[in-house]
Amino acid sequence: MNESSPAIAAPLARLVEEFYKLPGIGPKSAQRLAYYLLRMPPAEAQALAAAIIEVKERVIFCSACQNVTEEDPCRVCSDGSRDRTVICVVEEPLDILSIERTRAYGGLYHVLHGTISPMDGIGPEDLKIRELLERLRSDDIREVILATNPNLEGEATAMYLTRLIAPLGIKVTHLARGLPVGGDLEYADDVTLARALEGRQEVQQDNRDGASA
Amino acid sequence: MAVPRLYKTEAVIIRQRKFGEADRILTLLTPAFGKIEAKARGVRKTTSRMSGHLQPLNRCMIQLARGRMTDVIAGCETLESFHRLREDLDRLSESLYVAELVERMLPERVPNYPSYRLLLDTLRRLEQGDGREIALRYFEIRLLDQGGFRPELEQCVGCGKQIEAESHFFAPRAGGVTCPACAPDSGGARSLTLNGLKVLRQLQREPYNKNARLRLDAPLAQELERHLRSYVVCVLERDVNSAAFIDRLRRESQLTPAEV
Repeated sequence: MNESSPAIAAPLARLVEEFYKLPGIGPKSAQRLAYYLLRMPPAEAQALAAAIIEVKERVIFCSACQNVTEEDPCRVCSDGSRDRTVICVVEEPLDILSIERTRAYGGLYHVLHGTISPMDGIGPEDLKIRELLERLRSDDIREVILATNPNLEGEATAMYLTRLIAPLGIKVTHLARGLPVGGDLEYADDVTLARALEGRQEVQQDNRDGASA
Repeated sequence: MAVPRLYKTEAVIIRQRKFGEADRILTLLTPAFGKIEAKARGVRKTTSRMSGHLQPLNRCMIQLARGRMTDVIAGCETLESFHRLREDLDRLSESLYVAELVERMLPERVPNYPSYRLLLDTLRRLEQGDGREIALRYFEIRLLDQGGFRPELEQCVGCGKQIEAESHFFAPRAGGVTCPACAPDSGGARSLTLNGLKVLRQLQREPYNKNARLRLDAPLAQELERHLRSYVVCVLERDVNSAAFIDRLRRESQLTPAEV
């Protein structure tokens, strides 16, 4: 970057530099953001700065599920109405939001904060696996749902977890693999299609005239 | 030769990394162009038509469009998905090791058909299942050969004398075997058993089908793995990440879950 250029004030250059470090931000975007902030009303800029500081100071990891939270235990873990015998294991905190949006799950979560990626040198010790095993041993858990991403790293992580959890006598399940809604059979790869066939389900007769059965 | 903007090639996906919002940069090994990098746009979305085809270790037919920096994948279709490799953690970790070695040892855009052939054969052998140990050692020896790092197994790398069949050492940093006299000066030389030397030579000289029936007992298998891995680490000047995972799985399979 041209931070030494005399055409750019030093504080501004520093800000550009900081933006540049963020994911998905290239040099041009960094400059645009920095100049945008410069023209922002001071109060808004203050609010942004405060929000950044607050997120670093107040957000912690839940001691049970490892999700990011303001209070410990987090609101999901302390919610008495949830099923405390099922844990859904996800890769990242954002995955919880996706699953919550479905309103189809009422159990607890566990965030691994990553996946096993042997080629990148990311092993089990870099994830929150020890914490998960601890929960499985101390709490009364009937089922663990592995909701890692259906790609190579996610599958490797799921297989590794299965090896560890199955001997504890807890039921281990993983999310179904198949065709995405809005997808196209013609473009499906063999693995997905084969799994979709394996996991096919009997079609429920729809109840057109109310209670006929 | 002028290269068209759009071209098609068979390829094995040997590595992927995330890029931007929903893209990935893939490393491909191709029969005709060697190792290349290509961008796959939007493959991290669930509705991507290509993501299922572009999983690491897949063999695909890929259509690429020349880009300014990296080529962009325009279309693809799976030819071979090695699903049995993916469903077994041990086999999967071994094939990732194979992919990592290929990725690190071969230079970019240098055509290397023998290495492509070797990678495919090795993945198929690992998927078949028996003799995976031999398949891996054979792969290491051959890839070193093809990458220009063939270990010397006939003559002492110190004094050049023919190795006598009783006492010999393997010195990764010196590039091969040494006699007892040269071993102390060859930095990190470790003793190599006679059977170890014989198997290494046979792997280097003979094609795979002559080696496939070799059966190694546990100490010999361990010795060969140790020697070849230290040689590979020496050549790459760094550790092989996926080897650590293989070791870990092996260690943990001997433990009860309570000890993990």
